[in-house]
Amino acid sequence: MTSTDGWWAYAFIAIAGWLATDLWRWLGVLAGKRLREDSEALNWVRAVATALVAAVIAKLILYPTGVLAQSPLWLRLGAVAVGAIAFFLARQKPVAGIATAIAVLAIGLWWLGF
Amino acid sequence: MDDVEDERSTLAWFLTGARGIFSLPAVILMLSFVGFCALTVQAGIPPEQVVFMTGIVWALPAKVILVSSILSGASLATAFLAVTLSSVRLMPMVAALVPELRGSKTPTWLLLLLSHFVAITAWVFAMERVPQVPRNHRVAFFAGFGITLVAANMVLVGVVYHLVAEFPPLVAGCLFFLTPVYFLTSIWHSARHPVIYVALAFGLVAGPLFYWIAPEFDILLAGIGGGTLAWGAERIWRSRREAAP
Repeated sequence: MTSTDGWWAYAFIAIAGWLATDLWRWLGVLAGKRLREDSEALNWVRAVATALVAAVIAKLILYPTGVLAQSPLWLRLGAVAVGAIAFFLARQKPVAGIATAIAVLAIGLWWLGF
Repeated sequence: MDDVEDERSTLAWFLTGARGIFSLPAVILMLSFVGFCALTVQAGIPPEQVVFMTGIVWALPAKVILVSSILSGASLATAFLAVTLSSVRLMPMVAALVPELRGSKTPTWLLLLLSHFVAITAWVFAMERVPQVPRNHRVAFFAGFGITLVAANMVLVGVVYHLVAEFPPLVAGCLFFLTPVYFLTSIWHSARHPVIYVALAFGLVAGPLFYWIAPEFDILLAGIGGGTLAWGAERIWRSRREAAP
């Protein structure tokens, strides 16, 4: 029986996917209820949550999966750097940064023959 | 009379949240889901299971890990462990959001239910927009956004499943890259506390560093280590500034 057959597949997704994620969300609610909005503890929780997301971002850029795994690192870092410059020049408008970074990546991939 | 008035505006705030589906973050997330769909097609997971997974797991990084576990023929226990470890970050994210979200009368069961809709995009969106919503309508606003976003992506995944296999590599590459670039700009853009900037910088460095030192627990260690350091650094800087005349 493989994990893509019938009811077992759904049970597999429910246990290894749903339970494994919602468990943490529920614990987060219980912890968050005790935190006051202006407390130093919440400031620490904010810092940890942001650093966690930042670590995910860095991994997606440095160690991507799929097509980008074959792209050079300098292109990905270059796209992010040029995107960041555009973001700050455009008075921190997210669209400007995102569009520029993606455009640089697309031109680079095209130039490299992807 | 007051109750009717209140009920109507709760519905109105729910719908305001639901309209968030047309915002930039929602559009980027949907494009990322198109990319995820391409991954599941390559992995040979049937479309009904992909739709089920989208609704019940929701967090995109957790689903990517789940799919790669299925793909590598991992046992239930191994897959559970991998997804659990990758999802610890949901706890501080929810814990940081709850004090912003809840009103004085918000029941815990409602928060537990709504926490399911928290993933990176909904978190970034909510942390950015919720402060502009009156406190007693914030839960309705978030519910409207979260439920609509999950439902829309379940439909999207079901519809595009059969179309994504023929994407040119250039398009697939750009779709993948949208997610990290969007997260970066919107966290910076929406930061309302100085500690966020410091934590963002520390996390970006700590992520690869811990991937190199302890690849199994990298995200967790980078979050707790980098986040605590960032918090400490910002606190020292803040107290020095307050001490200065």
